[in-house]
Amino acid sequence: MRVGVVVFPGSNCEYDALGALNELGASAELVWHADSDLDAFDGVVLPGGFAHGDYLRPGAIARFSPVMGALGAFAASGRPVLGICNGFQVLTEAGLLPGALQKNRGLTFLSMPVTLVVASTRSVLTRGARVGQELVIPINHFSGNYTCDDATHASLLAHDQIVLRYADNPNGSRDDIAGISNEAGNVVGLMPHPERAMSTLLGSADGRVLLESFVGSLVRA
Amino acid sequence: MNYPILVHVTLRAGIADPEAATIERALPALGFSGVSHLRTGKTFRFELAASDEASALERATAMAERLLSNPVIESADVRLGTL
Repeated sequence: MRVGVVVFPGSNCEYDALGALNELGASAELVWHADSDLDAFDGVVLPGGFAHGDYLRPGAIARFSPVMGALGAFAASGRPVLGICNGFQVLTEAGLLPGALQKNRGLTFLSMPVTLVVASTRSVLTRGARVGQELVIPINHFSGNYTCDDATHASLLAHDQIVLRYADNPNGSRDDIAGISNEAGNVVGLMPHPERAMSTLLGSADGRVLLESFVGSLVRA
Repeated sequence: MNYPILVHVTLRAGIADPEAATIERALPALGFSGVSHLRTGKTFRFELAASDEASALERATAMAERLLSNPVIESADVRLGTL
């Protein structure tokens, strides 16, 4: 199964994502942001980093990259799309996920392991986990403070779109939200980095259950 | 002709402004008391070639909505003028 890992100018987690996906049996390859053909892929990952320097707002410029036009149709086809950290910010700016990520409460860049609690197993990222399961996964962001209006929050709850919550909210995110999905559950964004939690030798292997779920959800193109 | 445009982008009412909260806490620490309701924002200044004021404003408003602001959390005030 082929996974496209999109590289924007300023992405910096693409090789971590590539390595993690390949380790789990997928066949991952890099896709340049100026490409506009995703047809060959069974899933797409938008990795972390600082696409286009995060100028204006994180994701504000990246959402207009040619690949993003193709990603809208790709997501609508039901194939899995995962945005990690900066990738999550790009997905919200592009309107593929609701709400927005803004500056952390306290204006601190946060780089540390956090405990997440699985809130829904309906998404492609959490199908193999169980509700209430605790996962220790690193965060590494300045703008991870999930924000949305009351109507959007009610809709997220009503459609079981809150995928992961922080056990101890580090950044001021509404309702402790660390990750959400679209209504269909095939587009997921999260601020923590599961691709950096693949081995106990490096601190945690709790990212595996999430990325295994993602790889297991790939839909043959 | 070229029209001078000012676009001021702020977070919508009700959206938390962590930058403003930090500044509002810092001011009393420096001896500046009495500050409340502080909000931060970002201002864009540019000149726009257009046939008349109305079309300049219309295009600047479209730019503000499409790129300069994120309408999910921000609102944009667009006007003709300079600072």
